[in-house]
Amino acid sequence: MTTEGRTVLAEFHPPGPSSFELPPIFTIAGVEFTKPMVLVILSGFIVVGLTYAFARRAAVVPGRMQFAGEYAYNFVRNNIARDNIGSEHYMKYVPYLFALFMFILVNNYYGVIPFIQFPSFARIGFVVALAAITWVVYNTVGIAKHGFVGYLKHETVPGGIKGPILLLLVPLEFFSNILIRPITLTLRLFGNMFAGHLLLILFATGGAYLLLDSGNALYGVVGVLSFVLGIAVSFLELLVMFLQAYVFTLLTAMYIGEAIADEH
Amino acid sequence: MEGSLNMIGLGLAAIGPGVGIGLIFAAYIAGVARQPEAQSRLQTIAILGFVLAEALFIISVALAFVLPI
Repeated sequence: MTTEGRTVLAEFHPPGPSSFELPPIFTIAGVEFTKPMVLVILSGFIVVGLTYAFARRAAVVPGRMQFAGEYAYNFVRNNIARDNIGSEHYMKYVPYLFALFMFILVNNYYGVIPFIQFPSFARIGFVVALAAITWVVYNTVGIAKHGFVGYLKHETVPGGIKGPILLLLVPLEFFSNILIRPITLTLRLFGNMFAGHLLLILFATGGAYLLLDSGNALYGVVGVLSFVLGIAVSFLELLVMFLQAYVFTLLTAMYIGEAIADEH
Repeated sequence: MEGSLNMIGLGLAAIGPGVGIGLIFAAYIAGVARQPEAQSRLQTIAILGFVLAEALFIISVALAFVLPI
């Protein structure tokens, strides 16, 4: 495209949802494997390998690996599980919560590891599965504790309220506690990973375009600024990735704690 | 000019949660400044409020890309 003597070498294509639709890498028995699928499978091995390495040489005076592992485990056990489920029954749920935390953390940090650079939870299908597992877990433990009718009553009838206002509150509570919770869990993790990665792609490709292809020296200055901002956003993403893993585990623990709470 | 009007709506939708998250962390900071030993308890509550306020914006991020113009 040529306008008044200035030559624009290439059109800039802003990143969009199509940036996340990667072509399949290889095919096994008719199933096409894409990069996020490979990464999620790999993350299972990474989590098992890491926790094995943490626990392999358990000593009274912990080494570096053991210290890191115990720090993460203590964080999940004390700050997430015990504070939200209650000090009586929390140990039963720590394995699930710790596995969930490590799994989400590894998958999120794929987004900033060089050469991988794709947070696999920016594809919504994986997150739907995780949220579905959490939904099944907290409903199952609730039903096991209170019975089916008792559990529905426990979740949908707020304590201390009588009379016709219940007609309004019960459907609302059912809607928010049973139906909406897995949806918000899914959208929160997916949305954060998706938006964060989109932002990083935008700064990187936009910066490269302005610097190399725009054909204007002044645009180049903005391109450098774009790269600097991209680095700053990467640090923000480091925080967000940890926070989302924490929040997903925290909300799971809170839902479980609420489901098995005694009547008040 | 090309683009989707959804993105303007997305920007507008960021205002509400932005103000809300600011208020939540302002209250958290004030609480910790008054009573530093309550930090660990307040932190959980503050982050919970933060994610609940943020959920509104995240839903609009999803809708902005899903809905047609």
